[in-house]
Amino acid sequence: MDKPVNQRAWILVLPVVILVAFSSVIPMMTVVNYSFQDTFGGNEFFWVGLEWYRELLRSERLWDALGRQLLFSAIILAIEIPLGILVALCMPKKGWIASLCLVLMALPLLIPYNVVGTIWQIFGRSDIGLLGRIVSDMGISYNYAQNAFDAWVTVIAMDVWHWTSLVALLSYAGLRSIPNAYYQAAQIDQASRWSVFRYIELPKMRGVLIIAVLLRFMDSFMIYTEPFVLTGGGPGNATTFLSIDLVKMALGQFDLGPAAAFSLMYFLVILLISYVFYTVMITTDKDGATQ
Amino acid sequence: MEWMAWTWPTALFFAGLAAVLAVMAALHIKYPSTPKTGVLGIETMRGDRLFISLLGSAFINLAWIGLVDAPQYGALIVCGLFALCVFRWV
Repeated sequence: MDKPVNQRAWILVLPVVILVAFSSVIPMMTVVNYSFQDTFGGNEFFWVGLEWYRELLRSERLWDALGRQLLFSAIILAIEIPLGILVALCMPKKGWIASLCLVLMALPLLIPYNVVGTIWQIFGRSDIGLLGRIVSDMGISYNYAQNAFDAWVTVIAMDVWHWTSLVALLSYAGLRSIPNAYYQAAQIDQASRWSVFRYIELPKMRGVLIIAVLLRFMDSFMIYTEPFVLTGGGPGNATTFLSIDLVKMALGQFDLGPAAAFSLMYFLVILLISYVFYTVMITTDKDGATQ
Repeated sequence: MEWMAWTWPTALFFAGLAAVLAVMAALHIKYPSTPKTGVLGIETMRGDRLFISLLGSAFINLAWIGLVDAPQYGALIVCGLFALCVFRWV
């Protein structure tokens, strides 16, 4: 016999519903309202219909920023996920050194975003920064403030430094949850190190790796502070990602209508990708439970 | 409420959205949805299919604005057909 559903439990989630309404739903409704209007300040608005959407969707600005954003996310995922797994595999399994490694891994995650940007801004300078000076002394022309390629390399290196440890920690947690019996069985079968990784560790880490990919993708797709502090979106627009472009439009140019339309389209892309990841995660969990 | 810059079309849009959610909630209480697996190969409930329909409709509208020089109600017709397909086959 099915248990009766107690609908009074909904009252318990009411505080969260109210909180979300005030922190998310009402601002979102305001952004939708702004996206169909023009304003010159003084709380006066003029209906423009779909004009901002049409203008943005047919301008190169949005597509260029989206292209840079997707390229950035793809590059950092391609580096951080394998590197994080590799670091987790190399980390000691027990003892004080394992604890030390965990603390060292967690350190970059504790540094505020703007401080990370400032650290790398100084680190990469060829006059006073360690990295910039060493690279320049090696005879390589390097200036992240003037060269687009150098700016990209520095922004990617900064993100890899900041966030690979998150992937490593998640992978490490996944590795530690594998029962020893699997390794013993592999030893009896005389499985190679690669086979152990390919057929035991990787499938067992699948759940945490999906979470790692989701977290890193979402975070990299919304990145703002670190590249803004490091390069300000430059040189030119070389490192102007979606969020930097959005802030320039909304606060720099005070084009609230186009910025609202921009942010809604940005939100829809994030919503779509989150839903796809969420569905994959749920399906993976179900497949794992049935196996 | 002045700071929210309300207009009649946006207010009607949100009222419509709220009405759809209310109808779906009522339907779920009266006729609880059962999961089904469609062409996407994922298990979906009625609410999932509504979400996919709404999200897809947003992108259809954006594509229409960006690519087609025709009145926007054309996109709404496409969205309606899309929603029917989602509820039937997803």
